[in-house]
Amino acid sequence: MAIRALIVDDSSVMRKIVERSLHQAGINLGAVFQAGNGAEALGVLKDSPVDLILCDINMPVMDGLEFIKQLPGIANAKGVPVVMITTEGSESHVVQALSCGARGYIRKPFTPEQVKEHVIPLLAGKS
Amino acid sequence: MKSDSKLLAADSSRENWIPLLDTAAREVFELMLGCQLTISPKVDESNLGFTAMVGLAGQLCGVLSVRCDAKGASLMASKMLGVALDKVGQDVPDALGEVCNMIAGNFKNKIAGLAEGCMLSPPTVITGSDYSLHSMANSPAVEIRMLFEDMPLIISLQIHS
Repeated sequence: MAIRALIVDDSSVMRKIVERSLHQAGINLGAVFQAGNGAEALGVLKDSPVDLILCDINMPVMDGLEFIKQLPGIANAKGVPVVMITTEGSESHVVQALSCGARGYIRKPFTPEQVKEHVIPLLAGKS
Repeated sequence: MKSDSKLLAADSSRENWIPLLDTAAREVFELMLGCQLTISPKVDESNLGFTAMVGLAGQLCGVLSVRCDAKGASLMASKMLGVALDKVGQDVPDALGEVCNMIAGNFKNKIAGLAEGCMLSPPTVITGSDYSLHSMANSPAVEIRMLFEDMPLIISLQIHS
C-alpha cells in the first residue's frame, strides 16, 4: 500500500529533505502533501486523508505543538501517527509533543536512518 | 542539584563554547550534507556573499551567523537536497538558513539549561557582502573559521551578556 504523507515545515528545503529521507527509508510513498505551517496543514487535512504526518515545531502562524493539539478534531487525522522533526531538543519539548499525541521525535540534524527507525514501526501493516 | 542558571553559568565560558560550536557545526554538515569540515584560521573572507543569521533569545541572547561564498552556499543546497549544483536555484538561501538554524539549535542543545531556556528566531539570509551588521551584542564574537569542501565558512556567535 502506498503511504500518503503530510510534511509540515516552514522550510521548503527541509520538506524536500524529509521526503527524500522517506524514500531512502524504503517507504512506498503515494501522495506527499506539504504545508508551511500548522494552519496550512489543517487545511490540507480537511480535503486529504493521510497515513503519516511529519511536523516541525517552530513555525509561523501555527506551530507544530498547536497543530497536533488540533488533530483529534480532524476526521482525516484520526489515528494517523505524527512524528516531530525539529531543532528543539529539550526534554520538555519532547514530553510536551508526546503528551499532545506525537508518536515520535527526531532532532535536527538527523540521518535518513533515524527517520527510518522512527517511522517504519508506526507504519506496520501499511507500507 | 544546580539550577539551570548555575549550570548555564558553569558552561558559559567562551573557551567551552568554541568546541561546542565546532561540534555543533560538524554534526550538521556530517549528518545533513555528508561532508567533513576542516578548521582553517586563515580563510579568505573577501567574497563571502551569503550570510545566514538566527537570533537567540532567553537565557542566551545574541545572533549566530554563518557566512560563505556563493559557490559554497550552492554546494550546501546541492548536498542537502541530493541534486546537481545547477538544479538548486531558489533553494540556496533556504538551505543556508536551515544550516544556520540547525547549528544554532544543535549548539544550544549542548549547553545545560539552554535547550529549554533559549528560543531561536526563524533564519534570515542576506546576499551580498557590502553591508555592516550592528548587533546589540556587547561582547566579542565567538568565531570559528572552517573550510567546507575547500570553500570558506565562518560561523560566528555574538552574545548580548
